[in-house]
Amino acid sequence: MTSKKYILGVFNDEDVLLNAIEQTRAAGTKIYDVFSPYPIHGIDDVLGIQRSRLPIVAFFCGLCGTSFALWMQIYMLGFDWPMIIGGKPHIALPSFIPVTFELTVLCAAFGMVITFFIISGLRPTLKVPVLDVRSTDDKYVMAIELKEGTDINKLNDLLRSHGAIEVNEKEVVK
Amino acid sequence: MQHVSPIREPLVTGGKTYADITEDVCRQVEAKPNMRWMVALGVALVFLGIFIYSVYRTLWFGIGEWGLNKTVGWAWDITNFVWWVGIGHAGTLISAILLLFRQKWRTSINRAAEAMTIFAVICAAMFPVLHMGRPWLAYWVLPLPNTFGSLWVNFNSPLLWDVFAISTYFSVSLVFWYIGLIPDFATIRDRATGPIARRAYALLSFNWTGSAKHWSRYETVSLILAGLATPLVLSVHTIVSMDFATSVIPGWHTTIFPPYFVAGAIFSGFAMVLTLMIITRKTFKLEDYITLEHVESMNKVITLTGSIVGVAYITEFFIAWYSGVEYEQYAFINRATGPYWWAYWSMMTCNVITPQLFWFRSIRRSLTATFIISIFVNIGMWFERFVIIVTSLHRDFLPSSWVMFSPTSIDVGIYVGTIGLFFTLFLLFAKFFPVVNMAEVKSILKSSTGVSHTHNPGASLHGTAPNNSHKHD
Repeated sequence: MTSKKYILGVFNDEDVLLNAIEQTRAAGTKIYDVFSPYPIHGIDDVLGIQRSRLPIVAFFCGLCGTSFALWMQIYMLGFDWPMIIGGKPHIALPSFIPVTFELTVLCAAFGMVITFFIISGLRPTLKVPVLDVRSTDDKYVMAIELKEGTDINKLNDLLRSHGAIEVNEKEVVK
Repeated sequence: MQHVSPIREPLVTGGKTYADITEDVCRQVEAKPNMRWMVALGVALVFLGIFIYSVYRTLWFGIGEWGLNKTVGWAWDITNFVWWVGIGHAGTLISAILLLFRQKWRTSINRAAEAMTIFAVICAAMFPVLHMGRPWLAYWVLPLPNTFGSLWVNFNSPLLWDVFAISTYFSVSLVFWYIGLIPDFATIRDRATGPIARRAYALLSFNWTGSAKHWSRYETVSLILAGLATPLVLSVHTIVSMDFATSVIPGWHTTIFPPYFVAGAIFSGFAMVLTLMIITRKTFKLEDYITLEHVESMNKVITLTGSIVGVAYITEFFIAWYSGVEYEQYAFINRATGPYWWAYWSMMTCNVITPQLFWFRSIRRSLTATFIISIFVNIGMWFERFVIIVTSLHRDFLPSSWVMFSPTSIDVGIYVGTIGLFFTLFLLFAKFFPVVNMAEVKSILKSSTGVSHTHNPGASLHGTAPNNSHKHD
């Protein structure tokens, strides 16, 4: 059982929050995470979040879908049991396009979404994982991990001076 | 700095705050079901009962319970299949295509519209599966090893393309819808008071915290899914239309079918969204989120797609004449003046004339008129599929095979039964799931209500709202 302590700065306004993030980072404090009820535009830049590489995952999953679909149709109708259907050649590529397209989309979508779930740790659990339940309603919460020797009062002042309406401490037992 | 147009109406009215949005949407999820909902569910369940009985008759006694015959081999059931699939298309259009076009008004209707898509596709899938006669062998449509004694499936057939298109469409729409639901389930979970509700919504919300990193990925995933769903939705009805267009039946064998079917699908889908939204906004008091502005925008889409459909009907007629093929000409003259003339003219009236009424602003913004016209459009679109399928088939190549089709009570029972199934699912959704996408509405609230948006905290807190006084409609 390890426990971690966080200082939570609660904000009322997204613009105040963005400014506070910038100032906190400028002051050399590492921000653990920021929680908001909806995606805030511009937060990636101020928090230094890299652009997600999920589109690349989608592309390669889609490519797998395309290759699999083409291989499947060419193998089944071209080699395993060739038959003349409607006077078409055994490997009638134009009529393989719809299934190829559908499987490309299916694999790209599912590959990307499953990757998103895995890398973000999204899975069904029974516990409530948020640090402050208001962060899924109408508040923005900036969490800073408390390490040994961190000056709590200094952090408190820093957050409040940049517009936090509340500063709380929260311990999470893992 | 975002500019606020003084002439454009805000997307969310009533001066809502973020907390108000949560409260308004979660209210019906948390409250005990009200009487109106119970009555509606009761009626839907009665129709679901009719569905179950009709399906039982179909499975026990076979397809002979239906009115179709050797000449009209596709009839009532395929009409309903195409009708339901078409209805589904509006949900994806609203959630995916309007996302790519950055149409922010979609945010308060996309959740319910996507739910409608999923339920409509479920209803649609019932028909081809039941039409198989032996639905327990439905897995034979999949490319399985031929140890079953059959050959591989025929990848040259549009019917097989349909299997792939509809199942991909269903799964991708479901995933898209669920991804959008996760943050809202988290909101409900964090408000839940009872242990059962909290656990149930905790399971559904997939450990969602609203972390900035997750939001960043969530937005990427939504955008890519929208990009994938857009060609997907167009492909689905294109492939459905190819079921007809690749055949050699006069009246079916036309190249205009794919765009004409896609426009028709969006047309009927928006009509169904309007029917549902007008009821939902009233029942759940969501008038500030689903505003007259939304209704008007959707009515404009209906006018556009309805006009495309109208032009397609006229083009078909013209091409039949211009082709010089007498069978093609006969098929179309027979549609308009033959024994099924009433179906043709119902279709023409409902689909071509009624949506043109939306050129009048007062009709476009009238809820009653919109509701009535949306029902008319759905009736018209049902007749369109009936006309295409039944009138093209009932005059076979040999006059000795000419017959009429009339549905049996089981045909009708399955059809009204799927409407019951649809509404049962939709009512359960409306009670237990957030009908409006809270997170997305919150993300557009600032720009849509006229508060300016900047990164400079000093200037940002309270911009002026130029036109923020609104009547509640």
